[in-house]
Amino acid sequence: MLKVTIDNIPVEVEDGTTILNAARKIGGNVVPPAMCYYSKLKGSGGKCRTCLVRVAQSSAKDPRPMPKLVASCSTPVQDGMVVQNLTSPEVIEARKGIVEFLLLNHPLDCPVCDQAGECDLQDLSFGYGMEETATEEERREYPVIDIGENIKLHMNRCILCYRCVYVADQLTDQRLHGVLYRGDVSEISTFIQNSVTNEFSGNVIDVCPVGALTDKTFRFKSRVWFLKPMNAHRECGKCSGKVAAWMFGSEIYRITGRKDQYGELETFICNECRFEKKESTDWVMEGPRHIKRQSVISSNHYEEMKEQSIIHPIEGTMEKKE
Amino acid sequence: MKSLTNRSRVVSNKQMNFWERIYFPAILNGMRITFGHLFRKKTTVQYPEVKREYSDIYRGKHVLKRDEEGRERCTACGLCAVACPAEAITMVAAERKPGEEHLYREEKYAIVYEINMLRCIFCGDCEEACPKEAIFLTPELVKSEYSRDKFTYGKDELVEPLDPAKRIDVSKRQTAEVLEFKKNKKYKHNK
Ligand code: SF4
Ligand code: SF4
Ligand code: SF4
Ligand code: FES
Repeated sequence: MLKVTIDNIPVEVEDGTTILNAARKIGGNVVPPAMCYYSKLKGSGGKCRTCLVRVAQSSAKDPRPMPKLVASCSTPVQDGMVVQNLTSPEVIEARKGIVEFLLLNHPLDCPVCDQAGECDLQDLSFGYGMEETATEEERREYPVIDIGENIKLHMNRCILCYRCVYVADQLTDQRLHGVLYRGDVSEISTFIQNSVTNEFSGNVIDVCPVGALTDKTFRFKSRVWFLKPMNAHRECGKCSGKVAAWMFGSEIYRITGRKDQYGELETFICNECRFEKKESTDWVMEGPRHIKRQSVISSNHYEEMKEQSIIHPIEGTMEKKE
Repeated sequence: MKSLTNRSRVVSNKQMNFWERIYFPAILNGMRITFGHLFRKKTTVQYPEVKREYSDIYRGKHVLKRDEEGRERCTACGLCAVACPAEAITMVAAERKPGEEHLYREEKYAIVYEINMLRCIFCGDCEEACPKEAIFLTPELVKSEYSRDKFTYGKDELVEPLDPAKRIDVSKRQTAEVLEFKKNKKYKHNK
């Protein structure tokens, strides 16, 4: 076990743990935001640099600070390491710059984008973004394309986190899409608009931290904050069958995987569950999902219905219903 | 005992005298006050022949604006509906088809947009929330009707006319900063 201190909070982790995962072990505000790292995808991380932290002391043996800020998702901890995230103004400043870079070519068409309301980039720009743009140049623009029958790709919104590529690599046997070109002009694409047909390809929608890959069966149907996310399951031969059903009244508008507090899927789900089972009779409803109070989705979202207590003013008693 | 206010009166059980008992002087005094009001300046106006002066930013019936080229500005983002404290707004979005670019400004538009004027409290929060400068409140009033369902205003009543002469001017409702920003066509989302 190695001892590390992150934002003055000590924690003990196993050998080989990254700084980000050590911070997640502590939880709360200490956890740096991550746009490209995905704990369930091997090799992910190291692309977006939003998770930069300052290492004030490299290890117990070598107490010098690391010369540059490091990406916490891909830097393993060492014994006696001292890490600063929110306590270092340098990190906050750097993260502001990263957000500006992520938004450099981003269209910010949130009013049109289906991801709005559950978008990691929105959260990040709200937290660190600036209101002004420093550039005057035109933003790069790509046409909107279909990859496969059920997935829409808005390359304009892509931040090149490579998560979808790893999903395709690690979950499906034939990878049909990847990143074409390099640098400023790189784009996620299929080769000559090949369609992505694998049974688990729909998961790229859920791993995408922005609205670049979206569900065509839900396209423009509603906004996430008008829907009620419910835990639901069904017998499925291909996946766990455990999903989140987004309901409008008694209708299911879309099916997604269940995301944990870091926006990562608990289990990957198959395309049949995701795109084809949209009747409420297909699913066994378990109950409303937990939504953070700060989220726009939490408006009018109740996790439990309480029966009202009855007050008898004359007797001065109250009947409590549990 | 010291009283808390200076308005306390000592109650007396004094008998009324003859004049007080026939009430006549009291009635005459009341009539004098009533007739005196006839010759004062009136506080009411004969609406609708006479209208009061409204503030330029009076919050009345809504309008859904079009842009300079006559395209609908609203993109059915739902921010007005989520901001509305009275939950008066509902909408259904649709995707713009090729060839409809002259009708709708963005890729997505509201195919149904309804405001229930009975629920609306004319707070103007929708106007505040709109990122597309699409919805504004106007000094026009919502008319009275004989049935409740007529108060659900759809797009036919809310979207401003296409004819440039009949457009509704809302520039007075916008702050100097917004008008200044609109002049600046540097950014794509402002073109
Ligand atoms: S991806 Fe996120 S930030 Fe970008 S347009 Fe969509 S909601 Fe807005
Ligand atoms: S004025 Fe206020 S109450 Fe009326 S529709 Fe707009 S937000 Fe809702
Ligand atoms: S009126 Fe404005 S806020 Fe409301 S849906 Fe349209 S664009 Fe969005
Ligand atoms: S999450 Fe670490 S670089 Fe993207």
